[in-house]
Amino acid sequence: MFFWIIRRDLLLAMRRRSDVLTTLFFFIIVVSLFPLGVGPEMNMLRTMAPGVVWVAALLASMLSLGRMFASDHLDGTLEQMLLSPQSLSMLVLGKALAHWLVTGVPLVLMAPVLGIQYDLTGEALLVLTVSLLLGTPVLSLIGAIGAALTLGLRGGGVLVSLLVLPLYIPVLIFGAGAVEASAAGLGAGAHMSLLGAFLLASVVLAPWTAGASLRISME
Amino acid sequence: MPVLQGKSLECVRGDRRLFHGIDFTLESGGLMQVQGPNGSGKTSLLRMLCGLALPAQGEILWDGTSIRALKGEYYAAMTYLGHLGGVKDDLTAIENLRVSSALAGVDIDEKQAHDALQHMGLGGRELLPAKVLSQGQRRRVTLARLLVCGTALWILDEPLTALDTAAVKLVRGLMERHLEHGGMIVMTTHQELEIAAGATQQLKLA
Repeated sequence: MFFWIIRRDLLLAMRRRSDVLTTLFFFIIVVSLFPLGVGPEMNMLRTMAPGVVWVAALLASMLSLGRMFASDHLDGTLEQMLLSPQSLSMLVLGKALAHWLVTGVPLVLMAPVLGIQYDLTGEALLVLTVSLLLGTPVLSLIGAIGAALTLGLRGGGVLVSLLVLPLYIPVLIFGAGAVEASAAGLGAGAHMSLLGAFLLASVVLAPWTAGASLRISME
Repeated sequence: MPVLQGKSLECVRGDRRLFHGIDFTLESGGLMQVQGPNGSGKTSLLRMLCGLALPAQGEILWDGTSIRALKGEYYAAMTYLGHLGGVKDDLTAIENLRVSSALAGVDIDEKQAHDALQHMGLGGRELLPAKVLSQGQRRRVTLARLLVCGTALWILDEPLTALDTAAVKLVRGLMERHLEHGGMIVMTTHQELEIAAGATQQLKLA
């Protein structure tokens, strides 16, 4: 059933491509605005690149959080999910994974291309991409908790950002920090390990928490 | 055979008490019709029975064990069709049926889904996205789940809304066959519906 959920969400995303594309274009445009605004100051661009790309990734991933459970809530599919004999945590994990495949992976693939605008070296681009690869699933998983908690609330979109953005901070710090550390010659290993640890912790804890939140929201 | 029991159930919405002291026992082959005017708590009661909502007081027992404790085991024996059909606009009728069956723990193949939809009178429309179907046809897609679920207890909230007379007859036949085979049904409806059942009971909510 885990695979059914992923398959279904990917299929729905395929049939509604505009949702996926808005997230990706948002990311591309926000990242591209900074070099235009700041001007062609190479050294400054190089130092701000990781932070800008990461902040844009956070915002882009949050943009689509509202949709994670909302449409299932509206048409009654969510009731079916809560009444499924299979574990709700697995189901939420499947939905978060589908969310990452649809919104996170395109960002990861796009990041090295956008990094060129900031005159990043090949190594820095690689570190940036790997850090995003480890970090963006965490964003989807933590976001699932926020999306579940704010389900069916008025103004849920604003509330979800207030709930979720503070929780994204550690990922932002270590994700952007990885690139800086590698540029400073310290190696990105420590930062990557921490990002990996965040990922493992959120894979274990977030689906369970989001499942419990869904049950509360539906009562 | 399993038994569904409700013991002194009470429902509170805000500071209004919708109902209290509801007791019932539903045995194999039994049909329970929940009746009452709009806003009397019919849907709330059904949501309690399927475990989506908690009763303010009282408990619901499946074979003598509380459904809160059984969880997955109870869900595997129960099918709930609510107001919202759980039909996705962007999926075709077949995909909708297969996904909702998979969610209910029953994997069905393309052929089974096709046959169930055909039986519900949707032959030739299985491959259309649900958004182009009419209300009644969407309802039929939802009801097709009853054909493939194989569960003992059906909890149906207004299953007949938007259905034409032919479909109502179809659903009635479906329910009668289910009861004959020892199934149980809890349902609400505002329409007159004569269903031949071993034991019919009516629960009136004031």
